[in-house]
Amino acid sequence: MNPDLIWRYAPSLISGFGVTILCWGAGGALGLLLGFAIALLNRLPFPPLRWALRVFVEVFRGTPFLMQLFLLYAGGPSIGLKLNATTAGVLGLGLYSSAYFAEIFRAGFSAVPVGQIEAAVSIGMAPFDTMMRVVLPAALIAAVPSIVNMLIILSKETVVLSIITVPELMYQVQTMAAETFTAFDAIFAMAVFYWLLVETVSRLGSRIEARMTAFLAHEEAPA
Amino acid sequence: MKPEVILHSFGYLAQAAATTVAVSLAGIVFGFLIGAAVCVARVSRRVWLKRLGAAYVSVFRGVPLLVQLLFIYYFLAEYGLDVPAIVAAVGGLALSSAAFQSEILRGALNAVPRGQGEAATALGFAGLDIWRRILMPQALRISTPPLINEFILILKASSLVSVVGIAELTRVSMNIASQTYRPFEAYVGGGMFYLAINLCIAALGALAERRLAAGSGR
Repeated sequence: MNPDLIWRYAPSLISGFGVTILCWGAGGALGLLLGFAIALLNRLPFPPLRWALRVFVEVFRGTPFLMQLFLLYAGGPSIGLKLNATTAGVLGLGLYSSAYFAEIFRAGFSAVPVGQIEAAVSIGMAPFDTMMRVVLPAALIAAVPSIVNMLIILSKETVVLSIITVPELMYQVQTMAAETFTAFDAIFAMAVFYWLLVETVSRLGSRIEARMTAFLAHEEAPA
Repeated sequence: MKPEVILHSFGYLAQAAATTVAVSLAGIVFGFLIGAAVCVARVSRRVWLKRLGAAYVSVFRGVPLLVQLLFIYYFLAEYGLDVPAIVAAVGGLALSSAAFQSEILRGALNAVPRGQGEAATALGFAGLDIWRRILMPQALRISTPPLINEFILILKASSLVSVVGIAELTRVSMNIASQTYRPFEAYVGGGMFYLAINLCIAALGALAERRLAAGSGR
């Protein structure tokens, strides 16, 4: 591969990388917030709401991310939702991952021993305090490994945004490849780059995970 | 909103759904074969084989599927191999899925109690028979639920093979969108097919799990 080429395209590649990170961060944050909200609403004793949320989660987990993006970006205008590619991409990542995050938080909530909640009630804690001081901390810690895992999966999904012309890294590389007829080299370089990125993120993720769950070490032996 | 668009293109979508199922099925079957080989490499006693297996899993799990697909597609073109796009599509899905399936199989193999293999050895089973009659049946039973989950993931990932021009559900929905100028209806229609297929697989999976659980209770 010609190093001059990389040099010439460096600005667009760097900006593409920035857009990738931005979409990943914003999409992931949106997904976490929405997913947490869904998991909380799911605990309300109101069945119709629960059914609606169930349908939301099943639809977003049961259809391909690419299809959701097309529906949002191309289909949006016919229901009065005009978005530019990047906004649609971030919103798409957020909605898609929120369904998974909702399930992760739900599992986290159910990992809190009932005895702890009963104990909180019996010593006279208000429901809000029980939630904030007993249920949430334990549930969030239980959810950390799955959250890290989902964020890693999400970093790979950002590549799909190139198909709806979000100017992220993959899109810039494909533009470069098309303009310079070097598709093979460019895609190969891209594969190596993403592999390094995902490896780094997973290593970092397991470090964070180890740190956040370190206090559990004396309670249960590591698997 | 014109739901007629979905009704008019129903046959077209159903045909594309069949292609999606066929491509995913081929991907999962070839992926299982490659994944089983990778799993055997990872549990082998030879260090270089172990490393090779680990490297395979790391690369194919770490590189986004879209990048893998485009790489295979351009790789074949670069070396002038005139194979249809379907080969790149199925090959890409299979290679990527193999990395995940090998981990599922390895986990299942580790979950078979050690005593089982030891008991078989003590009873005088030959090495291959231990694998064939003791370890494999139990590992497969344990790995059925995650393998069915992997099938659902591959079915969704197969929407990416639309970029190499396979006329599967996503591609056909795109075509319908551009022909009818009704993208919303077209993608809702396509999405409904994906959802229906996935619900069927999930139901089949639940059935298989019940059957297998019944078998283990003897």
